[in-house]
Amino acid sequence: MLMLLLQSWIPFIPESASTLSDDVDAVYFYISGVTVFFVTLISLVIIFFVIRYRRRNPFEIPRPVEGSTKLETLWSVIPLVISMTIFVWGAKVYFAQYRPPQHAMEVYVVGKQWMWKFQHTTGQREINELHVPVGRKVKLIMTTEDVIHDLFFPAFRNKMDVVPGKYTVQWFEATKPGRYHFFCAEYCGMNHSGMRGYIEVMEPAAFDNWLSGNANAASPAAVGHSLYESLGCASCHGANAEGGRGPTLLGVFGSNRVLNNGTAKADEGYVRESIINPQAKVVTGFGPIMPSFQGQVTEEQLLSLVAYIKSLSTTQPETTTAKPPATGTPQSANPVRSSSPTSPNR
Amino acid sequence: MEEFTIQPPRTNYLNAEYGIKSWLLTKDHKRIGILYMGAISFFFLIGSLYAMAIRLELLTPQGDLTQSSTYNKMFTQHGIIMVFFFLIPSIPATLGNFLVPMMIGAKDLAFPRINLLSWYIYMLGGIITIYALLAGGVDTGWTFYTPYSTTFSNSYVLATGLGIFINGFSSILTGLNFIVTIHTMRAPGMTWYRLPLFIWSHYATSLIMILGTPVIAITVLLLAFERLAKIGIFDPALGGDPVLFQHLFWFYSHPAVYIMVLPGMGVVSELIANFSRKNIFGYKFVAFSSLAIAVFGFLVWGHHLFVASQSVYAGMIFSFLSFAVAIPSAIKVFNWTATLYKASISYDTPMLYALGFIGLFTIGGMTGLFLAALATDVHLSDTYFVIAHFHYIMVGGTLLAYLGGLHYWWPKVSGRMYPEGWGRFSALVVFIGFNLTFSPQFVLGYMGMPRRYHTYPVEEVSWQVLHVLSTAGASILGIGLLIPLIYLAWSLRYGRLAEANPWQLPGLEWQTASPPPTENFIETPIVREEAYEFAPPETKEVVGKFEREKPFPFYG
Repeated sequence: MLMLLLQSWIPFIPESASTLSDDVDAVYFYISGVTVFFVTLISLVIIFFVIRYRRRNPFEIPRPVEGSTKLETLWSVIPLVISMTIFVWGAKVYFAQYRPPQHAMEVYVVGKQWMWKFQHTTGQREINELHVPVGRKVKLIMTTEDVIHDLFFPAFRNKMDVVPGKYTVQWFEATKPGRYHFFCAEYCGMNHSGMRGYIEVMEPAAFDNWLSGNANAASPAAVGHSLYESLGCASCHGANAEGGRGPTLLGVFGSNRVLNNGTAKADEGYVRESIINPQAKVVTGFGPIMPSFQGQVTEEQLLSLVAYIKSLSTTQPETTTAKPPATGTPQSANPVRSSSPTSPNR
Repeated sequence: MEEFTIQPPRTNYLNAEYGIKSWLLTKDHKRIGILYMGAISFFFLIGSLYAMAIRLELLTPQGDLTQSSTYNKMFTQHGIIMVFFFLIPSIPATLGNFLVPMMIGAKDLAFPRINLLSWYIYMLGGIITIYALLAGGVDTGWTFYTPYSTTFSNSYVLATGLGIFINGFSSILTGLNFIVTIHTMRAPGMTWYRLPLFIWSHYATSLIMILGTPVIAITVLLLAFERLAKIGIFDPALGGDPVLFQHLFWFYSHPAVYIMVLPGMGVVSELIANFSRKNIFGYKFVAFSSLAIAVFGFLVWGHHLFVASQSVYAGMIFSFLSFAVAIPSAIKVFNWTATLYKASISYDTPMLYALGFIGLFTIGGMTGLFLAALATDVHLSDTYFVIAHFHYIMVGGTLLAYLGGLHYWWPKVSGRMYPEGWGRFSALVVFIGFNLTFSPQFVLGYMGMPRRYHTYPVEEVSWQVLHVLSTAGASILGIGLLIPLIYLAWSLRYGRLAEANPWQLPGLEWQTASPPPTENFIETPIVREEAYEFAPPETKEVVGKFEREKPFPFYG
């Protein structure tokens, strides 16, 4: 409530349009309050002292004042306590920002000097524009073809670097339909400031409509399946991924893999590493015979392969629609905070 | 007042020898300080010109003044010049060089030849860097993040890296010299707890210099290996890890922030105590907070990596430690403020700078909390908020302290007084200009404007408003910095001759002539009192209705 007042009364506050953006703003306003309080306090005290104790004659020597351990303790402990409250609150919100929820709608993101490429699991591709439905958790699985970039959504108070050689993840749930900026926030070379675009948050019906209007593209999983065949993966992992000289890929994704030297959870990063650097983690019972595919597949092809292998594990693949999938834990009904009836102004 | 005047000896360090050779081969720490002063002023001027060009470009959302590639080089070179060639050497290499021996009652630094060598190393690094700028410049950002810097950038990364690599050794040698000097060359009676706080802060700074700087040297070296020989260290295409570079880089570059600001804190401790004629409140707390900052400063580098795919638990630990390092800084601010209580405060130019420092450093420090807190850092990192925050520390802190110190010791260094009215006026202009330049950038960052952006969206009208304010402020700041340049140069010839102790202070550096003789003190001083001891009872006398202190004895 207070937040709403602040946001509408004070200019120079960015749009707040995700489930977590208000939480971040709350921490922001709390620290702002602490800052304003202490800066004002110190300024006023200094101004008062400087006027009150100005030098009145050139010879005066003030009586020396020794330090006071009591005061020192006081002004060490008070800032410590206050900063710990900020730390705990900030960490709590960060934890929610950092941890992607289950059953989110997934979108693959590849950064490239100097554009953002998005692909929905249903196959729609977008450049420098991303369409998402309001009120649905969206998880971005991100990487880059060249240097480090950073995908920054000011309206969601969220950003995450995309780092070559691995996948990073960020998630959000938009609460307000609209068209918001996103930026590359990590300097990436000549046209860094041109590496920006818009996220279009749509009403669910409009999003489903948009999605079906672009449905002729092949899904990443289907692309991954044909890559699986053309790259010759089938010769070891089986025509239907049932296994052979290499381990089966059925049901692998999301499971815990027992390796020659430990265990690992088979997530997107694990699958990527197993293709690019197969010797790093070898499943127990198999020899280190797989060749590396480094340099033979692009990041986008890798994401397709990941999508394919992922599809071998879930009977009901993650949907890219405005509604959460029926399977799995029931979604908590996330109320859309803004009742703004405006359709996306596009 | 003539009883305060100590007749200057016929020769002093400035006129002891003449000729360019006597300067270039000097082993006198005071002359070397002046060599450094000339050099860093030159680099500051170049860095400022880049800053002005950047501010002009950002007046409009479009890129109408420069190409993107030029703009990227401008902010990179602004950062490199200002950080490595101005801020890091600024106070230690000039004022520190001049004053560390004088304040502890020594004739020189422990290793005068190494001191001269450090200046030559600095100049060599500087000349190579200037060469890189003239040859075509560098566009990686002063942070040199990989794999952009190793694989993708087509600019003069290696030449610039070499300049920085070499320059680092001058920092290490200066730190080494200070530590040995402070340990071994204190005058009789100058115990550790009698050291002026300027010395404590330079001691802490020197520790960071000798422990941290080798790490940046190694990091730049590894970068060069990868760029030259394609040895995979940071580029994943070669089998490296790009985030490793960030860890190594910030392991030095975060403590480097304290190399820049700790000496400034030392200057401000001197100014606050001396211009209010009081012992600093909580001397030991202020002294040890410098050491605490130096130690904790090494443990917080990961707060630059909260959105760089670092693990969430590492993020929490670094966030926690970053809050911890804020405490010693807070202690200093409270103690400076408390020193003013029941003091006798003069409004001389150096004191105005010191008071400005406390205000701006407090804002700079408090806004650091937004970046230490994980949730808000996710939104604010790599935006203009960060730019505003560190300029409040670097310019509002270090630069103001440097200017304050320069005015304070100007009579000692040059033997002349600067014009006080102009001094106060320009201090005010700097303060106003600075705030107008950088306070809009906090808002800009919160609005979401990323840093290092040549162009920004036209439809964000508020962004342009804020940029225009900022550029207007930068113009005022620029004028505020030009005025001292002019009147300080003027004062060298026309300024009133300075007395030995124009401010009537107890510090050792004031107990010898202005400018001092080459050996600083005719006879080695013997220290009998604490630092900032303004009124030892036995020296008080009553003049009329006022109690005043007797003229300071010339120690020895």
